[in-house]
Amino acid sequence: MSFKQRDVITVNDFSKEEILYLLNHIQHIKSIPSSNILKGSVLGSCFFEPSTRTRLSFESAMLKLGGSVLGFSDMQLTSAKKGESLHDTFKMLHHYADVLVIRHPLEGSAQLAADASDAPVINAGDGANQHPTQTFLDLFSIQESQGRLEDLNIALVGDLKYGRTVHSLAQALIHFKPRLYLISPAGLEMPKDVCNELREKGVKFSFHQTIDEVIEKMDVLYMTRIQEERFASHLEYALIKQNYVLKKEQLAQVKPSFKIMHPLPRVFEIEAAIDQTPYAYYFQQAQNGLYTRQALLALILGKL
Amino acid sequence: MPVAAIRNGTVIDHIIAGQALKIVRLLKLAQHHKLVTLGLNLPSKTMGYKDIIKVEDWELPSEKANQVVAVLSPKSKISIIQNYEVVKKFQVSLPSLITNIFACPNPKCISNHESAPTTFTITPRHQMILLQCKYCRKTFSLNDIVSSI
Repeated sequence: MSFKQRDVITVNDFSKEEILYLLNHIQHIKSIPSSNILKGSVLGSCFFEPSTRTRLSFESAMLKLGGSVLGFSDMQLTSAKKGESLHDTFKMLHHYADVLVIRHPLEGSAQLAADASDAPVINAGDGANQHPTQTFLDLFSIQESQGRLEDLNIALVGDLKYGRTVHSLAQALIHFKPRLYLISPAGLEMPKDVCNELREKGVKFSFHQTIDEVIEKMDVLYMTRIQEERFASHLEYALIKQNYVLKKEQLAQVKPSFKIMHPLPRVFEIEAAIDQTPYAYYFQQAQNGLYTRQALLALILGKL
Repeated sequence: MPVAAIRNGTVIDHIIAGQALKIVRLLKLAQHHKLVTLGLNLPSKTMGYKDIIKVEDWELPSEKANQVVAVLSPKSKISIIQNYEVVKKFQVSLPSLITNIFACPNPKCISNHESAPTTFTITPRHQMILLQCKYCRKTFSLNDIVSSI
């Protein structure tokens, strides 16, 4: 099994064995987060739309392993502003870097970049579509916190219709036979194509409108933010969002091993008081993003 | 015979009724400057009603037939005619990939913003044909893909 020179476009391109292989290497890298194994390698950091966490995570991952970074964080600073196609941009960029990371507002952009580039391309988010490295770090965090990935009770909460992280996570979890609880306001349910895929692969899932209905049974509660722009009015948003705010008092009867995750940024949906409880795992989760990206870069560049 | 015989050329027969015009558009037959004859809603013993297309002095390659005709009308038959005789006859078959024929119905797909040739992976499922875009990876029914043609 080899990740060398491999593009990372969507989690669906990876088998269960490959995911477990990657998770093992993330664990290994976590034990040695700084080294020089990527000395002499260059990461092209190509962010056509804003990102803080993902971009800095990739760049830090590369630098901490002895590599270098070049790139941009704003499309306005590139020839895309002059009308250069994404194809031509990556046809040029692959000469300057050994591996390229792309975040772009259009869906399928990472695949197009990978087709144009001889250097491997990692998708850091293509519109509302895929964000595979987020899914890998989510899986690692679940495994780390629960001691396993198989047969867990996992709730996905919030905007399940437009949230790329929950789509990708649900699809990846298929390999591990979870019991899923899909908790969202009416109108923001998990899309039919994801649900169809879950059903076809024999994953049990159910729809709910409140967290309290299921929280005591959960191993993992994966929270996502509900955005105001999804609602017809501010009043509707204000009324609905309060059902999707996790408060400390709701944790009274949860399992001892229960963990709360969130892809961040967290705005209002997790009360700050929860941060000090043993159930909060979202900051460790974010830190695991560094190790996940380090492991991926090292595997893709053939150094692990 | 509602549609006259041709001396040399291609006959696309047993087209599902209503699909011939889409096939004409996708094959760009109106731009060929060849004589094209259409029969729409012709009675058929096996199909009830069918469409038929005849194109003079033009041979439809089998690969193109599979990429275009098979998706819209999987049981169509292609006959190549020379001097009023059928010299070659084949039934279309569904390919595994279709490249540069259909547009992706997803308006946010990069293929609708750059001049990238579209590619769809074809998956028959439960009597339906599903097409997955290579770029955005979204899966569509045949109806989604052809409704804008």
